[in-house]
Amino acid sequence: MSYFSDIYNGVKTLLTGMSVTGKYFLHSRKGAITQQYPDNRDTLKMFDRFRGEVVMPHDENNEHRCTGCQKCELACPNGSIEIIWDRQVDPETGKKKKMIDQHIYHLGMCTMCGLCIEACPTDAIKWAQNFENSVYDRAYLTRVLNKPGSKLMPGVED
Amino acid sequence: MNITKNIHEWLFSLMPETTASIVEMVLIAVVYLAIFAVAGLYLVLLERRVAAWFQLRLGPNRVGYQGLLQTMADALKLVSKELTGTLKADKFLYNLAPYFVIVTALMAMSLFPFTKELHAFDINIGIFFLIAISSIGVIGILLGGWSSNNKFALIGAMRSGVQTISYELSVGLSLLTMVLMTGSLQLSQIVEVQEKGGWLIVQGHIPALIAFCIYMIAGTAETNRAPFDLVEAESELGAGFHTEYSGMKFAYFFLAEFINMFIIASIATTVFFGAYLSPFGITESIPLLGVFWFLGKTLLLIFLMMWFRWTFPRLRIDQLLVLEWKYLLPLNLMNLLLMALMVLLGLTIQF
Repeated sequence: MSYFSDIYNGVKTLLTGMSVTGKYFLHSRKGAITQQYPDNRDTLKMFDRFRGEVVMPHDENNEHRCTGCQKCELACPNGSIEIIWDRQVDPETGKKKKMIDQHIYHLGMCTMCGLCIEACPTDAIKWAQNFENSVYDRAYLTRVLNKPGSKLMPGVED
Repeated sequence: MNITKNIHEWLFSLMPETTASIVEMVLIAVVYLAIFAVAGLYLVLLERRVAAWFQLRLGPNRVGYQGLLQTMADALKLVSKELTGTLKADKFLYNLAPYFVIVTALMAMSLFPFTKELHAFDINIGIFFLIAISSIGVIGILLGGWSSNNKFALIGAMRSGVQTISYELSVGLSLLTMVLMTGSLQLSQIVEVQEKGGWLIVQGHIPALIAFCIYMIAGTAETNRAPFDLVEAESELGAGFHTEYSGMKFAYFFLAEFINMFIIASIATTVFFGAYLSPFGITESIPLLGVFWFLGKTLLLIFLMMWFRWTFPRLRIDQLLVLEWKYLLPLNLMNLLLMALMVLLGLTIQF
């Protein structure tokens, strides 16, 4: 008699589904994922994996982790990253070494694919959480990621 | 009610009897039309908010307090829109179709007893009339699909025909099961039976519960709502039968869908849950609260239908027919026999 057991199973699975959606319905007031954006501008916190723009974090000594290896520049599919570098004498060891002058990032060309961040061997660049990126002149979208006067954090290259 | 009685007497003192009764009918029709146009709009809003909550969203909450004016604004926008149509459409039928749908929906509304007195049209074949009226609505859908001269609309309309003709049977038979207990098709008498012996779903216990389940499934199919929304299946047919409609004509179809949902829930309220009767007779001394109980029960059932919509995936056309002809119909016939036996042996629960 699979006829009646079919009906029983059908009703049971339908009720299971309804209990799942019912739970969501009851929790919707607290757990709503919608952000009422311009109203909660001050408190809005983007989620961890949000891709805002590429930034280069600096520590309190104005040191970053970028060695100037240019792997991000090569990984970028549309040329949003340009690294200007030269060989300078390292004051500690006295040897000539590749150092970055400017890490230029064109936000206007970036597609937020994240390949540069995956390619970086020293985790020098990462995603920021900001999203209000509109400006009145596209020239503002070209950014220099390393702060002026910053230098490489010791121990990154080891 | 006093107000209606006063207006009635005033009208009859003013003009001859025939004119007065015609004017009275027109007045009642206008009042119902206005109330249910607004009610339909708020059902649309309710649907959108409930849908949002099911999906962990917030829903429209910007226009007016908590979005209460949102659907009004939408309706205003639709009124201002151009009425387009296809070049080779059958113009007469194309323009006629929305009126079929909306008029039948509003006609059915007049039958429901909101309180003992607030009951516009109480005929002795009430349930029969309701079933008949709700199947005329499908003619509007078929006409709309056929006359649009659009293959998607035609497929949608044909599916609607198949669906409504099939599920009409289940709706009718499950209501018939309950009529066995009341012995009358008149809605006021059905309520009277429940006033004496408790709500019919309690009186008829097991078979009544089965009948209610079947009625809700078939009723959801009757209104062409998900999971039975093959008629408008957005992913396959554009918008189904109303693909070629725009502006206010589209709004008629849209509104009729929601008023039909209200009708299906109202029939269930009247037949299974004692219409305007309060549970255990709490507010029996204040008859006007009947409106509150009636609308409360109806909204609960409407919520149930919305819950169906946001839980179940759409059925395929063959699954739809298998569900009706292989499961609902045989079960319904068995249930009818069971109920007849129960009534015969006096096994119903009476308070």
